[in-house]
Amino acid sequence: MATPTNPQSLVEQALVATTADDCIVIVRDHTSANLRWANNTLTTNGVMHGLTVTVVSFVGEATGSVTGSATTQAQVTDLVKAADAAARAASPAEDRNPLVTAADSPASPAWDDAPEPTDIHVYDAFAPALGEAFGRAQAGGRILYGFVNHEVTTTYLGSSTGLRLRHVQPTGHYGCTGKNAALTESAWVGGATRDFADVDALAIDAEVAQRLAWGSRRVDLPAGRYDTILPPTAVADVMIDAYWYAGARDAWEGQSVYSRRPTGTRIGERIASPGVHLYSDPAHDRLQCAPFNVATSSGSESSVYDNGLPLGRTDWIRDGELAALLQTRHTATMTSQPVTPAVDNLVLDIDSGAGTIDDLVAGTERGLLLTCLWYIREVDAQSLLLTGLTRDGVYLVENGEITGSVNNFRWNESPIDLLRRFSHASATVPSFSREWGDDYFSRTATPALRIPDFNMSSVSQAM
Amino acid sequence: MSGLDPTFTDLPYRALGDAALTRARELGVTHADFRFERVRYQSLRVRDGALQGASDAEDLGFAVRVIHQGSWGFAAGVVLTPEEAVRVAETAVAVAVVASGMTTRPVEIADEPVYDDVTWVSAYRTNPLEVPTADKVAVLVDWTQRLRTGSAVDHATAYLQQVQENKYYADLAGTRTTQQRVRMQPGFEAMGAGADTFDSMASIAPPVGRGWEYVTGTAAEGAWDWDAELDEVPELLAEKLKAPSVEAGTYDLVIHPSNLWLTIHESIGHATELDRALGYEANYAGTSFATINKLGTLQYGSGVMNVTGDRTQEHGLATVGYDDEGVETQRWDIVRDGVLVGYQLDRPMGVMLPELNGGRSNGCAYADSPGHIPIQRMANVSLQPDPDPTGPSTADLIGRVERGLYVVGDKSWSIDMQRFNFQFTGQRFHTIKDGELVGQVRDVAYQATTTDFWGSMEAVGNRDTWVLGGAFNCGKAQPGQVAAVSHGCPTSLFRDVRILNTLEEGGN
Repeated sequence: MATPTNPQSLVEQALVATTADDCIVIVRDHTSANLRWANNTLTTNGVMHGLTVTVVSFVGEATGSVTGSATTQAQVTDLVKAADAAARAASPAEDRNPLVTAADSPASPAWDDAPEPTDIHVYDAFAPALGEAFGRAQAGGRILYGFVNHEVTTTYLGSSTGLRLRHVQPTGHYGCTGKNAALTESAWVGGATRDFADVDALAIDAEVAQRLAWGSRRVDLPAGRYDTILPPTAVADVMIDAYWYAGARDAWEGQSVYSRRPTGTRIGERIASPGVHLYSDPAHDRLQCAPFNVATSSGSESSVYDNGLPLGRTDWIRDGELAALLQTRHTATMTSQPVTPAVDNLVLDIDSGAGTIDDLVAGTERGLLLTCLWYIREVDAQSLLLTGLTRDGVYLVENGEITGSVNNFRWNESPIDLLRRFSHASATVPSFSREWGDDYFSRTATPALRIPDFNMSSVSQAM
Repeated sequence: MSGLDPTFTDLPYRALGDAALTRARELGVTHADFRFERVRYQSLRVRDGALQGASDAEDLGFAVRVIHQGSWGFAAGVVLTPEEAVRVAETAVAVAVVASGMTTRPVEIADEPVYDDVTWVSAYRTNPLEVPTADKVAVLVDWTQRLRTGSAVDHATAYLQQVQENKYYADLAGTRTTQQRVRMQPGFEAMGAGADTFDSMASIAPPVGRGWEYVTGTAAEGAWDWDAELDEVPELLAEKLKAPSVEAGTYDLVIHPSNLWLTIHESIGHATELDRALGYEANYAGTSFATINKLGTLQYGSGVMNVTGDRTQEHGLATVGYDDEGVETQRWDIVRDGVLVGYQLDRPMGVMLPELNGGRSNGCAYADSPGHIPIQRMANVSLQPDPDPTGPSTADLIGRVERGLYVVGDKSWSIDMQRFNFQFTGQRFHTIKDGELVGQVRDVAYQATTTDFWGSMEAVGNRDTWVLGGAFNCGKAQPGQVAAVSHGCPTSLFRDVRILNTLEEGGN
């Protein structure tokens, strides 16, 4: 008869079964529920449960990492055998370091607790309101397209060096695109949430309706450099790129905007305006994330040897100076800098930032207000030049008021340049990257920024 | 060629499927399908002669999808017992009940013949996941060491992604399919610095639906000529680091398949997905300028433009025998003589527009994991070569250009949410002057509107210039899914395309 399993027992069983010198086991219990809609009707939905186990075996100077869907002791034993064999067959790992111990990272008090799930009932209040919103939109000549997702991942990390760490990560977000019946105007509203208690489908529809109304006057503008207000969601879009490309090793080897060539980093150098602070903090209010490092495989910005390292607030840019880059213990030795692993949230604070995006609009004589950015890609690593497009609402600001909607543009800009060139900033608020928030990085807080000469490289006909 | 992997066929998918479908039928659904998947991945990364990371992963589980009370219901699980299959089926039905309150248009799906217990295995000789990891790492280490012998190369990386995908599909109509396919993406990149700049040059080898023979086999087995490229790239990088910055303006472009595949992917492949044209991706990936009212009339490009959708292309990354809705895969025209004539469909789309493919799906449903619902995904979408065997070679096309650029390899890509405005860069841009290549230029991007760009295509190369390129990582849908897809194309000639200088774009 099979022995009942839980995540903790899978960890313990793997640690008993391994024949490697050392072993790290990461169990992730993941549940999610989503609703998707288009053309004022629900289109797809889903409720999912997954349980994945990663076994990282250490044999001599080598490692092996195997991940699989596993719910039984037999499946876990197979994963352990595979990881042990992979480690025995591997060449020495260049990032080898002593494993983190329980003395470095004390056990989580809730280690023994069960995983925390979500299910379709997270939408008990939202779903009926969404149905009502479809009716209102239909009656008002609007078409709604959108998606809500809620997931909870409970992570258990145990090791042969005594680590017993647990973290529960709720992640949720909503996004709704609205179009007029002629499909000539488009608007978007979106954000992040931890539990959907603060998400109201009727309020979303109302905001979409207001934004579509701004488009009653249409103005066509050519490509060029414009005084442009980036809302917090757009600032989050480009700051995430600035963060992801901040690998210490790439910088040290001369391959990024953070490099001091031919070898070295720009740490300590002023790269942004004074008063600019970009940081991560696992304890940041409403953006809470794992307070310890989790790595299922090694790469330039992660190391399996660093599993369990405690994470705290890390300043990436402090008062305009580059303060840190994404570092494993391996790269920290290479660059002679402190160990600063990636943290799963990001905050941009500007000392002079005050008020809201409405205040930035009110202070603008003539310029553009964007809704969000899309299809952002790196064009040039040396300057971190990015390209992308505006999407779902570009508005003309005249004498402090929104006076109409404008065509979309392709833009070419570097986020590092933007942090040097902005003229005004609002207060920092929770934000949600349209480009990266859905799948990769939803925990951000950013201000709106006004850029005097934002480069709109060409016109996009997309509506 | 290989048969079905016995470690997959030993799994209890038939019993789970029978249990789930039986329970769904008892609950009164009008349609139910069951999908059981095991997807194995291995990723290897080497940097400067040392193994940087190696990981193996396996995604194993099953899903039940139903149509009940006119609505979709979907649920997925990972515990491989009949009891859990029944529970997941009940959850899917319960989700459909919740969804029915928000479904204003009852769901229907196109008819499809029943395929009773058929199997399909892709074309490959040696499953890369069965090759000892140490052997594969040794190849990657060798690549980076050889690249670093180049004087301009400061650092080098190499990688190998491998996937084995097994699926069992069953539905209440009686279709049961069991399939297996293998794909892999090897590659490398060399980095170097000049006096005041740095840059890189990557392999242009495409990802393929082939086995390990792609790396170590013969040309007859479809192997890439790695030796030639490893010899060539350091010198090309050295030349690039010393190259002048491009003068922005308008140029004629001769585009090699290693770059053009990506332009096809973004501006044709995604634009002719019918779910996008109908608004079903509007909140995420976007819609399409190629709306259904333009079928048969939209001048997509010049008269030499002929594009097919094909899920049967041998070694294609989107090639499979039956899609994830039990539809036998097909090949069809998307653009004929420059005019839009077809779309990519799944079963819900097929029934909406009976004028397309006789109301039948053309086999473009795909889910990237057992935890995701099938959606309409891209077939292998390919630009056809000049049908005349004596049609132009690459040299012929270059010879027709007085002032232009020869574009090789992909790098950066971006396109708007209706697939009008795009901007691409590349691995290298060779100057063409009076029909001859005269050296590289740097800091280049090309920018255009889709129909203007394809309308400017003066000629396509002959069959000898045709290469099947592709991507491992095409993203779509919410929740996000990743699919692999191939795009074949010949070298082609475009007139008067806008070229940007990326340094100037950045204000530097």
